[in-house]
Amino acid sequence: MALRITFKLFATLQDYLPAEAKKTNALSLDLEPGTTVAHLVERFALPIKLVHLVLIDGTFVPPAERAGRVLKDGETLAIWPPVAGG
Amino acid sequence: MGWTKKILRVDLSNGSIKTEPLNMEWAKDYLGQRGLATKYFIEEVDPKVDPLAPENKLIMTTGPLTGTAASTGGRYSVVTKGALTNAIACSNSGGYFGAELKFAGWDMIIFEGKSPKPVYLSIEDDKVELRDASHLWGKTVFQTEETIKSSHQDPQTRVCSIGRAGENGVKYACIVNDLHRAAGRSGVGTVMGSKNLKAVAVRGTKGAGQIKDPTAFMAATKAAKKVLADNAVTGQGLPKYGTQVLMNVINEMGAMPTRNHRDVQFEDARKISGEAMHEKRPTDGKTHLVTNAACFGCTIACGRISRIDETHFSVVNKPQYWGASGGLEYEAAWALGSANGVGDLEALQYVNVLCNEDGFDPISFGATVAAAMELYDLGILTKEQIGIEAPFGSAQALITLAEMTAKGEGFGKELGTGSARMCAKYGRPELSMGVKSQEFPAYDSRGIQGMGLTYATSNRGACHLRSYTVASEVLGIPVKTDPLVTEGKADLVKAFQDATAVFDSSGTCVFTTFAWTLADLQPQLAAACEGEWTMESLATLGERIWNMERLFNNAAGFTAKDDDLPPRLKTEPAKTGPAKGLVSGIDKMRPEYYQIRGWTPEGVPTPDTLKRLGL
Repeated sequence: MALRITFKLFATLQDYLPAEAKKTNALSLDLEPGTTVAHLVERFALPIKLVHLVLIDGTFVPPAERAGRVLKDGETLAIWPPVAGG
Repeated sequence: MGWTKKILRVDLSNGSIKTEPLNMEWAKDYLGQRGLATKYFIEEVDPKVDPLAPENKLIMTTGPLTGTAASTGGRYSVVTKGALTNAIACSNSGGYFGAELKFAGWDMIIFEGKSPKPVYLSIEDDKVELRDASHLWGKTVFQTEETIKSSHQDPQTRVCSIGRAGENGVKYACIVNDLHRAAGRSGVGTVMGSKNLKAVAVRGTKGAGQIKDPTAFMAATKAAKKVLADNAVTGQGLPKYGTQVLMNVINEMGAMPTRNHRDVQFEDARKISGEAMHEKRPTDGKTHLVTNAACFGCTIACGRISRIDETHFSVVNKPQYWGASGGLEYEAAWALGSANGVGDLEALQYVNVLCNEDGFDPISFGATVAAAMELYDLGILTKEQIGIEAPFGSAQALITLAEMTAKGEGFGKELGTGSARMCAKYGRPELSMGVKSQEFPAYDSRGIQGMGLTYATSNRGACHLRSYTVASEVLGIPVKTDPLVTEGKADLVKAFQDATAVFDSSGTCVFTTFAWTLADLQPQLAAACEGEWTMESLATLGERIWNMERLFNNAAGFTAKDDDLPPRLKTEPAKTGPAKGLVSGIDKMRPEYYQIRGWTPEGVPTPDTLKRLGL
């Protein structure tokens, strides 16, 4: 059964979104069951060294878990390159 | 040597100006800038002094690396007893003023007393004099800087000054230098205004050549600059998006204080984010962001220079605001935006420019407006009292209230007292979102637990720059910790507090710490400064400074009960996001923190702790 998630890319990673999605930094995606964080990183050709801060529904996903973390219906996956502020 | 070993002592009451040698015994124990100036201040000022009394002093101070080739070596600080907080205040600013003061041959300026009339201090190397500032009183920061540069006939003169906010007694007035850099927090500009001191103008031609081992210093600074350049945050992220890149990060995490901390996520966060600043506007086809900018000697360049949409209602008839100016940085964008529910980027930039122009802290101002909007929402404040309808989300109200505060008119006078005094006056002190009367910055301590302890124990009132555990809890610098738990946060906060105190005493910027550790700073200090500057001595230095500041606050009357958060954060759970259902665990973290610090359960450093630190 297909599932739908929200996929967000921010800062310099937003260049990897389709043009129409850049205004919101967000894209609605229909996924096959079993799709992981790593699968989407590969599908959007994100440079691995820029995949730094990965949040699912706001919660951090450590690098070691990204290959095995399966996305669920209704979740929001958001990714940033290395950034900071203050 | 790093230091020039000379300080200026200016008695504003009688107009005398004296030169003194820097106390090198103290310099070896307190380094410079925040640490050394606070040592001078504490030795000379009664902790119970009224911040606005002539007996309070105000110190402008550089660090040993200020004005040198060290990256970000342009910092200076203002140390005094804060008008907003009644606690020790140390506000740090970049730009070019600090380096110029060093070039003129001075490590610090100690201002005493109160001038009988408005004056400004003019420094041209060794030629130092107080000049009449009657013609500058009532002028904005922008007008003051332009007038002084014109009269000195030297565009390289660097100026720091107060605007009308500092003259009018706004409790969170800043001292602004180089038009849009500011010693911003705790009301240091209010203290300056109380002394009838309008500005300091400085021109230095001596350079900063007092380096102990120039060859070693150049090697150390070159290596440290490479660390900054090679780091993805300081080499790419901050220059491109500035601090404003955090707007979406913190919002996604559910740690974005919204509508006076009623909510933890803001539906319009993206509209006021760093990403939005890069987009072309439909009205004029121009991006909001014009360029990034760097302070003296900085190889990061996180600063933002932006341009307001000329067709926006805030400036449509005000061409003086159509040019490029400083902002928005994340903290200001949050305080003026999310805190009030205002999602209008152009309005936020206009108000930010007003804050720079008349010298008041956008964090405390924005958060005070948020409290006023909640009082309005509750029916405690009315349209008639405020002078305008002020619901959450009203850009018009935000703008009008900023203009009133800048000019000291109408309800702006109430806002100028800060949220703690204003909320107390209207019978709802618990609605002030801050600690020690200073308003929170842009991180909700229900969603980032370490920041709750950071705020509660900050020696200058609620502040993110005293221990930025966001680096670890959110960004994974130096290691990732879980923002939702309290375990380990006491250790984390202490480590950040002590290390930050060292950076704040060196003349470099705390933003280097996204890439540097003390191990990167230590070789630069050891090469520049006489004395033994080892990793061990620097670690002790940071802890010594923190405890020294604590002793002052304790003597000023602060106790453990002041190391607390407003009840909202302890009793009203976050409504959405990862922290949904959570409140701050401050009551659990505080005792552990005291124990780790070597303090009594009442928050007082023990005799053993003081002895160990040489206090």
